[in-house]
Amino acid sequence: MTKRLHRQGGWIAVSVAAVVLPFLLPGYYLYVLSLGLVWAIAAIGLNLLTGYTGQISIGHAGFVAIGAYVSALVSLHWKLPFWVTLPIAGLAAGVAGYMLGMPALRLSGPYLAIATLGFGVAVSQVIAKWEAVTGGFQGLKPPRPPFGLAFDSEVSLYFLALVVLVLMMFIAANVLASRIGRAFIALRDSELAAQAMGISLPHYKTLAFALSAFYAGVAGSVYTHLVGFITPSDFDLLLSIFLVSAIVVGGLASIPGSILGAVSLTVLFQFLSSARDLRTMIYGAALIAVSIFLPGGLWRLPAALATRRQPKVEPTGECVRETGGSAHVAP
Amino acid sequence: MIEIFVQQIASGIAAGSLYALVALGLTLIYKVSDVVNFGHGDMAMVSTFIAYTLLISWNWPLSLAFLSALVFAGALGIIVERTILRPARERHATVLTLVVATLGVSLMLNGAAGAVWGHDVKSFPYAVVGPPLRLGNIIISRDQVLDIGVGVGLALVLALFFRFTDLGIAMRATAQNVVAARLMGIPTDRIFAATWAFGAALGALAGILIAPVIFLDTNVMNEMLIKGFAAAVLGGFTSLPGAVVGGVALGVLENLVAGYISTELKTTFAFALIVVVLAVRPAGLLGCVEQKKV
Repeated sequence: MTKRLHRQGGWIAVSVAAVVLPFLLPGYYLYVLSLGLVWAIAAIGLNLLTGYTGQISIGHAGFVAIGAYVSALVSLHWKLPFWVTLPIAGLAAGVAGYMLGMPALRLSGPYLAIATLGFGVAVSQVIAKWEAVTGGFQGLKPPRPPFGLAFDSEVSLYFLALVVLVLMMFIAANVLASRIGRAFIALRDSELAAQAMGISLPHYKTLAFALSAFYAGVAGSVYTHLVGFITPSDFDLLLSIFLVSAIVVGGLASIPGSILGAVSLTVLFQFLSSARDLRTMIYGAALIAVSIFLPGGLWRLPAALATRRQPKVEPTGECVRETGGSAHVAP
Repeated sequence: MIEIFVQQIASGIAAGSLYALVALGLTLIYKVSDVVNFGHGDMAMVSTFIAYTLLISWNWPLSLAFLSALVFAGALGIIVERTILRPARERHATVLTLVVATLGVSLMLNGAAGAVWGHDVKSFPYAVVGPPLRLGNIIISRDQVLDIGVGVGLALVLALFFRFTDLGIAMRATAQNVVAARLMGIPTDRIFAATWAFGAALGALAGILIAPVIFLDTNVMNEMLIKGFAAAVLGGFTSLPGAVVGGVALGVLENLVAGYISTELKTTFAFALIVVVLAVRPAGLLGCVEQKKV
C-alpha cells in the first residue's frame, strides 16, 4: 500500500514538474528538454521492438528520418496542419518498418543488427542524394506549427512535444497490456514456445517493427517542427546508437525507463557540448558502467539498491513474468 | 571497356582485403567470445595513432613502429576483455548490453584519442612505396598489392593456426562450448584474452593499411568498421573464410556500383544487397544456421 502511495506520489511530482518547469527554465534549457521528450518518443518505440519483442535495431534513425522528411514535405507542399502531418509521418515510417520487418523475420542477433544498420545508413544516403525532393545537404525548412496561444514559442513547442509523448506513452501502455503486448513478450522469451501457443511469429514481428517505426516517425515529425530545419546528417548512425543507448541506460522493457534514458542522455549531451572529447568519454563510461553494473537500467536502480542484487530485465505493469529463469543461472 | 571492368574488380579486391581484415578480427572475437565488438574500429584507430606517434614524434623505423602498434593493440584487446567484458559476462549480461558496453569502449577511446591527438587530419606513411605495377592493361599500386597479400595471407595463416596449433584448437573448443572446454582443462579466461588480443591486432593492421589512403583522424575507422561488419555478416559471422569472401565480395561490389551506377550510393547498394543475401541465407554466405533450443 505504501509502495503504491510512493509510486503515485512520484508520478504526481513528475507530472507537476513537467507542467511547471517550462515556465521556470530559460529558453535554451527548455529547448534541450523538449528535444529529450522527442527522443523519448522514439526510445519508447525502440523499446517496444528491442525491450519487449527482443529484436535489435541499429537503424532507427532511418525511421526517424522518414518521419521527419515526410512531415516536412507534406507541410511544405500541401500546407497541412501539424496534427495531420504527425500521423502521416508516423504511418509512412510504419509502412517502411513493416517492409523492413519482412526480411528481418529470418534474422537474429548480429545479422539483424547489420541489416537494420544498413537500412539506417541507406536512408540517410538516399535522402542526401535525392536533392530534387529533399534538398540534399541544403536541408528543408518547414514552417513551425502555428499556435494561437499566449505562450512564447519555446513553451508551446515544449507542450507540443509533451502532449505527443504522453499520448504515445498511453498508446504503448495499452498495446503492451493487450493481446499484442503479451504476444511480443512471449516471442521475446521463446519464439518456439510462443509459436507452439499459437502466436503467429511473422504477424507479430512485422507488427512490432511497424509499430516501433511508427513511433520513430512520430518523433521525427515532432523533431522537424521543434527544430525547424532538417538535414540528412541529423539522422546518422550516431542517432541510432543514441537511441539504443537510451533504452539500455534507461531500462529495457520499460516505458518510463525509455523516457528517463532518452531525457538524461539528451541533457548530458547538450550540457557537455562545449567539451566534445570529454563528453564522448563520459558518454562511453556511462554506457559501460550501466551495462556492467546496472543491466536493468537507471529506472530499476531503486529496485537494484533495495534488493542488493542485479535485477533481471522483466516486463513491468500487469504482464505476468515468465518462470523459465533457470536457463540464465550460471554454472 | 573490359579493361575498365577488370580494373574495377582489381581495385575492389584490394579494398575488399582491408574489409576482410576488419571482418576477420570481428569474426574471431564474435566466434570465440560471443561479443559483437563495436569498439573494434576505435581500438584500431588508437593503435594506428600509436604507430603515428612512434613514427613521427619518436622517429622510430617503420617496421618497428608498426610492430609496436600491433603489440599495443593486442594489449588493448586484453585490457578491454579483462576490465569490461569479463565482469559483464560474470554478471550474465545479455547480447544487447554487451553491444552497448563495446559501444561505450568505442566512445571512450574516441574521446581519449581526440583529447590526446586532436581532430586535425594527419597524413600517414604508406607501408610500401614505389611506382604502381602493371599487369597487362591493369594498373595496381604497391600498397593495394600489399593489402591483398596481407588479407589473403593472414586468412591462410589463421586457417592453419586453427587447424594445427594447440591454441587454435583450444579457441575452437571454447567457441563451441565454454563449459565443456573448461572441464577439459582449457583455461578459457586466457583463451578469451588471447582471442581479443589477436582480434584487436588484426583491426590495428587494417588501420595501419587504410590510414595512408584515407588519412588519419579519430574517425578513420568508422566507415571501415561498418564495412568490416557488413563483410563479416555477408560471409557468415562465425566463418573465418566467410569473412574473407564477404570482404572481397563487398569491395568488388562497391567498386562496380561506384563505376557503373553512382559513387554516392555505393554503400546503399552494398547494404541493399546484403539485406537481400541475408533474406535468402539468414546466416550469411558461409555461416551455418544455429539450431534453436526450446
